Amino acid sequence: MNENLAIQIAGLGKQYRIGALQARERTLAETLSDSLARPWQIARSLLRRENPAHAGKQTFWALRDVTFDVERGEVVGIIGRNGAGKSTLLKILTRITNPTEGTIRLRGRVGSLLEVGTGFHPELTGRENTYLNGAILGMRREEVDRKFDEIVAFSGVEKFIDTPVKHYSSGMYLRLAFAVAAHLEPDILLVDEVLAVGDAEFQKKCLGKMGEVAGEGRTVLFVSHNMGAVEHLCTRAMLLEEGRVALDDTDVPKVITQYLHRAGTPDQDEANLAYRVNREVLAAQNRADIRITGVSLHTVDGEPLRLLRTNDPFVVRIAYEADPAIAVPAFVVRFRSMFGQEIFRLGTMPISGFDIPRLGPRGCVELTIESLPVTGGEYYIDVRLVAQRVERLVWLEDVVAVDVTEKDVYGSGMALKNNRGLIVVQHHWAHRVAEHAG
Amino acid sequence: MGGTQFFKWPLTPAVGANAIPRQGIESLLSMSLSNVQPQPLPTAADDDSDDIILIEPAHGWVSLGLRELWQYRELLYFLTWRDIKVRYKQTLLGASWAILQPVFTMIVMSIFFGRLAKMPSDGMPYPIFNYTALLPWTFFAGGLTRAAGSVVGSSGLIKKVYFPRLVVPISGVLAGIPDFLLSFLVLFGMMIYYDIYPTAASIIWLPLFLLLAGVTALGVGLWFAALNAEYRDIRYLITFITQFWMYATPVVYPASLLNDPWKTLYGLNPMVGVVEGFRWTLLGKGSSPGPMVAVSAVVAVLLLIGGAYYFRRMEKTFADVV
Repeated sequence: MNENLAIQIAGLGKQYRIGALQARERTLAETLSDSLARPWQIARSLLRRENPAHAGKQTFWALRDVTFDVERGEVVGIIGRNGAGKSTLLKILTRITNPTEGTIRLRGRVGSLLEVGTGFHPELTGRENTYLNGAILGMRREEVDRKFDEIVAFSGVEKFIDTPVKHYSSGMYLRLAFAVAAHLEPDILLVDEVLAVGDAEFQKKCLGKMGEVAGEGRTVLFVSHNMGAVEHLCTRAMLLEEGRVALDDTDVPKVITQYLHRAGTPDQDEANLAYRVNREVLAAQNRADIRITGVSLHTVDGEPLRLLRTNDPFVVRIAYEADPAIAVPAFVVRFRSMFGQEIFRLGTMPISGFDIPRLGPRGCVELTIESLPVTGGEYYIDVRLVAQRVERLVWLEDVVAVDVTEKDVYGSGMALKNNRGLIVVQHHWAHRVAEHAG
Repeated sequence: MGGTQFFKWPLTPAVGANAIPRQGIESLLSMSLSNVQPQPLPTAADDDSDDIILIEPAHGWVSLGLRELWQYRELLYFLTWRDIKVRYKQTLLGASWAILQPVFTMIVMSIFFGRLAKMPSDGMPYPIFNYTALLPWTFFAGGLTRAAGSVVGSSGLIKKVYFPRLVVPISGVLAGIPDFLLSFLVLFGMMIYYDIYPTAASIIWLPLFLLLAGVTALGVGLWFAALNAEYRDIRYLITFITQFWMYATPVVYPASLLNDPWKTLYGLNPMVGVVEGFRWTLLGKGSSPGPMVAVSAVVAVLLLIGGAYYFRRMEKTFADVV
């Protein structure tokens, strides 16, 4: 194993029986009755822990042919849809379950934030749980002794350290648990979605600790659905699809984009898009002289829009059929939040001052938005045709719903959703301490 | 690495070459262990020593991993301590349950079997005859039950952290020791009351018989713990088996109801050897149960070895089924 490698994985595979994942609790009676005709097999299956009821049933590979190396000090983000094999990979790396094929070599001490609070017992005090949890995580007693004050200080529960943790608030509980895990000082840190639990402050603490660990030149494997955190923290990203490595690159945004492109349900083309058109609204037009035949969103390259993130460019294409003799109306696009607030409105005339001299019998109008400064969430688009600045010819309310994917716009590790304001602005902070006059 | 072990420790030449002399013989054992798991030797973890963990598929029977188990003895200690500490924490009578349980059982049995059924008791007062057997029996039954339920009961741990899974059933058995010691105090009182004392020559054997009870509990417990992880109805079976087993063990009656060679064969139930051993060492009555105990010891050790290998074989999928 090369000196610089922290993790070396070759041909890794993990096979599960489909039944084994679903029917967790089986009874002996089932096994027995299923096996009466095959007395030899039951003996064999009891020894091998194969349930004869599932013999010959379908199996699937949660991971297959996974091969990659991780150098020391790399922070690798592992992304992929649910069931892509991310958690299975971490479970194998932490030796909770073992692989069906392949080998892994790990250099140094492995710690994981899968196990925050594992083994904490509500009846025991904070102090007792610290020692117990330390032992579970593989720390020796002297080591816990040595780090005890630091752990307690980090957790901020000094006053209650001799109180049973059942009296702790969930925040205190998590803080203490995290403090113990954070002081394990692993060479390789495995993190799985812990950031999903706890409040914002705790998540920040986790991210901070990960950044710290990474900064110390330790190796981090980070499984997450939080694309903002992955983009912010990781030096390399790996996309898992159906148990295989689909993409592995140090260009993290590229991998994330790829993932988000493929996210969604692959077998329904429409579900793959970042937007949905309300066909009922589209159908409810009653003018003979002009009609909107379709509204669609595209990338600037003209591809159907599968992903729209904050500050991304995109194109709204409005296709129409018209009587060429009609006076040219204004095409108006309104962008609204899911609460109905209008965020912006753009119209060929008079707002944007774009003049269309004449309509064809068929044609389309394209509105290119160079940057969409809204936070993540669902938004709605209205399309209107207005004649003489006042007469509503066509009025398509909420004709398109579009999903904006949150992004770590400000580079802070926090991907912004629309619960933190609707728009993003370029900004910076400053702080000055006032001089005491006199 | 075509081996069959789940994890293989003795790997790189560097481990053998520079690590061992530096750390001396004492840490030689822990050496392979520090490869294995996150307990670094402070000296070894901070430098560039090649402590490499190898993870590969396990096929078939695997070794017991006793060295690794030894490395995790602190975890064993803490889990046992937690079991004991938590067991009586929110109870009204606390640790006195450890005494009340066997004492009340003894009273009930003395009334029904001793007084009413006139069960023979090798010429001893029935209560002390019965209580001497209840001591190891309670220890055994408690240890067996805890060990058998241990894997399922620790699913939270097993699904999240790696450690030698054998730690869990072992701590289940060990957690019965304080209860045993407490209930032993009652026996002292009864000895004084009935004026029956053990001889110094025989009482030194007592720890061995306790060990035999522990080995039996663990041996059987390991089989059931592994089975219980897969088949949850095993827990009902356990309740039934311990009840049945008690009547197959001379707790309420004396083994002297049987004659040789049947009496020696009776030792195939290892708890027979334990109970007869306890009566022999503590009450000084009855013949030395030598051959019977030998049979019991052999059976207990076989159960333990078989159980341990079976458990190790099954443990690789615990995380997937519990």
